[in-house]
Amino acid sequence: MIQVECPNCGLRNASEFRYGGEVNPRPPQPLAIGDAEWTDYIYMRRNAAGVQTEWWYHRNGCGTWFLAERDTKTNAVVRTYLWGK
Amino acid sequence: MPNKLLKQALSGQNPARMWRDHDLKDSYDVVIIGGGAHGLACAYYLARHHGLTNVAVLEKRYIGSGGSGRNTTIIRSNYLTPEGVRFYDESVKLYEQMSAEFDFNVMFSRRGHLTLAHTDGAVRTMRRRAEVNQLQGVDSRLIWPEEIKRLCPPIDVSDHPRYPILGALYHPPGGIIRHDAVVWGYAHHADRLGVHIHQLTEVTGIAVQGERVTGVQTNRGFIKTGVVLNATAGWCTTIADMAGVKLPITTFPLQACVTEPLKPFLDVIIVSGSLHVYVSQSDRGELVMGASVDPFASYSMNGSLAFVENLAGHMLELFPGLRHVRVLRQWAGLCDMTPDFSPVMGVTPVAGFLVDVGWGTWGFKASPVSGKRMAELIATGRTPDLIHPFRLSRFYENDLVGEKGAASVGH
Ligand SMILES: Cc1cc2nc3c(=O)[nH]c(=O)nc-3n(C[C@H](O)[C@H](O)[C@H](O)COP(=O)(O)OP(=O)(O)OC[C@H]3O[C@@H](n4cnc5c(N)ncnc54)[C@H](O)[C@@H]3O)c2cc1C
Ligand SMILES: [Zn+2]
Repeated sequence: MIQVECPNCGLRNASEFRYGGEVNPRPPQPLAIGDAEWTDYIYMRRNAAGVQTEWWYHRNGCGTWFLAERDTKTNAVVRTYLWGK
Repeated sequence: MPNKLLKQALSGQNPARMWRDHDLKDSYDVVIIGGGAHGLACAYYLARHHGLTNVAVLEKRYIGSGGSGRNTTIIRSNYLTPEGVRFYDESVKLYEQMSAEFDFNVMFSRRGHLTLAHTDGAVRTMRRRAEVNQLQGVDSRLIWPEEIKRLCPPIDVSDHPRYPILGALYHPPGGIIRHDAVVWGYAHHADRLGVHIHQLTEVTGIAVQGERVTGVQTNRGFIKTGVVLNATAGWCTTIADMAGVKLPITTFPLQACVTEPLKPFLDVIIVSGSLHVYVSQSDRGELVMGASVDPFASYSMNGSLAFVENLAGHMLELFPGLRHVRVLRQWAGLCDMTPDFSPVMGVTPVAGFLVDVGWGTWGFKASPVSGKRMAELIATGRTPDLIHPFRLSRFYENDLVGEKGAASVGH
């Protein structure tokens, strides 16, 4: 099983976590953009084949949401860190 | 047939190849990326129905190496929306006549499909699906534990399991097929009609000039073309990126496994949405089993022990008698998941760049209808009514086709 390093708890089995999807920042000026840009934000995905930054949630652990950089082709986790760090 | 076999054996000549290799031409009228059942079906119908034969299918590995050779082959049309039911029903009908059309046994086995309900909510969904299905003329009805037990004697319909079986959606036309045979059948007939199938040919770039496709770059050279169809399922966003087209798609692995062969004992397909498992028995006697997609997005096709463990636990709730049966092998394929569990088919903002993607965990059953209808779109320039609901622009028009209740586990 692949393991993911929670910034609080250390290396744990992936089954302890919930995957939260690729990082998809909110449009910085929500009122200034049109429907098409909102659709892009809500539905369209990069779906990177390679290293992507994504959300993970330590569901069966400390309950923290954090970020991971993971290679989606190999599942190797490059690094994990807390938001803003 | 035996004479032909004998003649070949004695003459030392190999039988004719099912499909042949060709040099890559520097231009084609239509280039289809992806040698799965979808890409090959589209090529076949382009040639067969529309006389378009200057067509290339480009496949980076070997044909059927993607989801088309890895799926669990469930074919059915008991979906949740009228648009979905109509669409998949045309596919079931095309599958029913496929062996005759190809003069090649694709081993379609119509055996009945049961989607179990273990909660009141699930029973309500099944009732709704049955009504929608019947309105579209599809054989589908709600049945209760007594009839389930009659159709499937080894199943536990008692109140012992944690989630007892309350009812099921019964769909007699549902069946299974030999997936490789479907791929080979389309490839063979497309080849005989003049289509070029290029294996070990990877697309690395797409040339776009002024919002219009002009060609495709491959590891074997550049091809000039005005029409490109992206039929690469789990890899479809990598191709769409090359054309600058955005897709609402995320790639998740889906695993499956088979047990050692058993004597025939299960002649229906059993699916449980609540337990996230499904099973059918193949002609070889193996139980073909699967579940829902892996818990995180990935392009890796590695299997996991967690998958087999979960699946086995749930399977034993349904069939306690399988306690001593061993798993023989497991594998994974990539699924191009969409937000509404419906496919994405048709034109894109880039002229000449079309998509037949978003097949997720449910797309094998749609290969014939999508091949046929995408060929019609390419040949006539008009989107057929049957696939119009699945256009890419539906996301911009807030007109989704929600099939989660019928597609997330049942495939
Ligand atoms: C375990 C499993 C079980 C499933 N069970 C069912 C089921 O019971 N019923 C059902 O209906 N569906 C099922 N599915 C889904 C089904 O397998 C797929 O939706 C379907 O096979 C997609 O077919 P396709 O031809 O579009 O894509 P694929 O068969 O995946 O073909 C895409 C091809 O594109 C090629 N390609 C990718 N990138 C490039 C490139 N750059 N250049 C050239 N070629 C490229 C790939 O090598 C691949 O061969 C299942 C899937 C899996 C994984
Ligand atoms: Zn933690």
